[in-house]
Amino acid sequence: MTGKTRDNYNENYLNYVKTQDPPTQHFKNCASAFGVGGLICCIGQFIRYMFEFAGLSGDELAGATSIVLIFLGCFLTGLGVYDRIGRYAGAGSIVPITGFANSVTSPAIEFKTEGWIYGMAAKMFTVAGAIIVFGVFSGVLVGLIYFIL
Amino acid sequence: MNKKGNTVFFKNAPCVTSFAAVCGSKESAGIIGGYADITLQDDMYGESTYEKAECKMLSTAISIAIEKGGYTESDIDLLLSGDLLNQIISASFAARDFNFPFLGVYSACSTMSESMLLGAMMVNAGYVQKIVAATGSHFASAERQYRYPLELGCTRPPQSQWTVTGAGGCVISNEKRGIKIVNGTMGKVCDYGVTDVNNMGAAMAPAAADTIMQHFKDTDTCADDYDLILTGDLGALGSRILKDLTWEKGYDISEKHVDCGEIIYKVIEKEFQGGSGAGCSATVLNSYVFTKMQSGAYRRVLFAATGALLSTVSSGQGESIPCISHAVQLEV
Repeated sequence: MTGKTRDNYNENYLNYVKTQDPPTQHFKNCASAFGVGGLICCIGQFIRYMFEFAGLSGDELAGATSIVLIFLGCFLTGLGVYDRIGRYAGAGSIVPITGFANSVTSPAIEFKTEGWIYGMAAKMFTVAGAIIVFGVFSGVLVGLIYFIL
Repeated sequence: MNKKGNTVFFKNAPCVTSFAAVCGSKESAGIIGGYADITLQDDMYGESTYEKAECKMLSTAISIAIEKGGYTESDIDLLLSGDLLNQIISASFAARDFNFPFLGVYSACSTMSESMLLGAMMVNAGYVQKIVAATGSHFASAERQYRYPLELGCTRPPQSQWTVTGAGGCVISNEKRGIKIVNGTMGKVCDYGVTDVNNMGAAMAPAAADTIMQHFKDTDTCADDYDLILTGDLGALGSRILKDLTWEKGYDISEKHVDCGEIIYKVIEKEFQGGSGAGCSATVLNSYVFTKMQSGAYRRVLFAATGALLSTVSSGQGESIPCISHAVQLEV
């Protein structure tokens, strides 16, 4: 905090701010993410077993399981529950497919006030767009690597 | 003497003759619940969108302030107002409800003190006789514009603040009754290089420190001369930093300093630093603080709201956050 000159006042202040910042509880956050993320995956697995028992297999099985999970993500978002889960779980609820559903549904709900086309439809992927772009891109990259190898 | 340093002196002592505040449900559970004129059960205020609700709160605060002062719309010469939304639509649409001129102002969460400062200048100079200074904010509309959709399941970092849902306004008049505005300090933009948009307290504290210390220098006063040094929304972290910054320069404001953002909510949850937004200082000032001043509990208050002058574009481009703080000195 002392020794401030025109050139280094930013750094001095920023170092000072870092010492004052309330600490992020990394261990607690990781533990919550692990617990909730794992739980969501277990639920997904349970749904998969149910569908398998019902006679589905292969692609249909995977598709059906994903559909149910996506529906649950959207449904809980609509009820206003998913953000509370997310506040506690962090990455644990963002990373699974339910989190993707949440990231599409929440802007859809939000921007409906600006109209169906330019509001809801256009803004629906403001959060998920990045996931889609980089997901497709990394798929292409992996495909290329497989092709070359 | 009209001006010394960055402080303008109001020899004709324009007065705050009436004030009003409207606040949301979460805010009404806190300290201003018993002092605000209207507390909302539902933050939509009966409207179909959050932006409309914000506009309605602001419009209502302005109407009630005018009514409480015993004025009619024709008595008011001007509305000075602004808000956090793009193109200050809340203030502009609220001004649509009234028949007096509107001059829009913007300094983010410092809009209350900026509008009071400008209003006092105009009334003191005799250009206008009665003006209304008002501003407000809404949690949902601010989140939508600056951060993430409301239902998105993401965590909040511990330095982040909660935008206040509320609006406040006051009538500044040339009549000799009410709370005097004796002088005001115009703020300079201060940018100490903070880039974290979730850490507004640390970004704004230098601006508050700069203006408060400038005010002390220009008016030849110190913290002990005031009953209260009120900042807008530095939050718990920002307040700590402010006290350190002023202490470093030889001013000890720790006993007199209170931050609206820190006191507005009943419980400061571990996950956030308190309230923020233009409505934060507006609601606390125009309900709790002015009422206490009227009853004599505070006789001399320095009100220095702070604002972070960023946009989603500037922070997206990696820019740091320039901040500002305007101050007015209030006396009974």
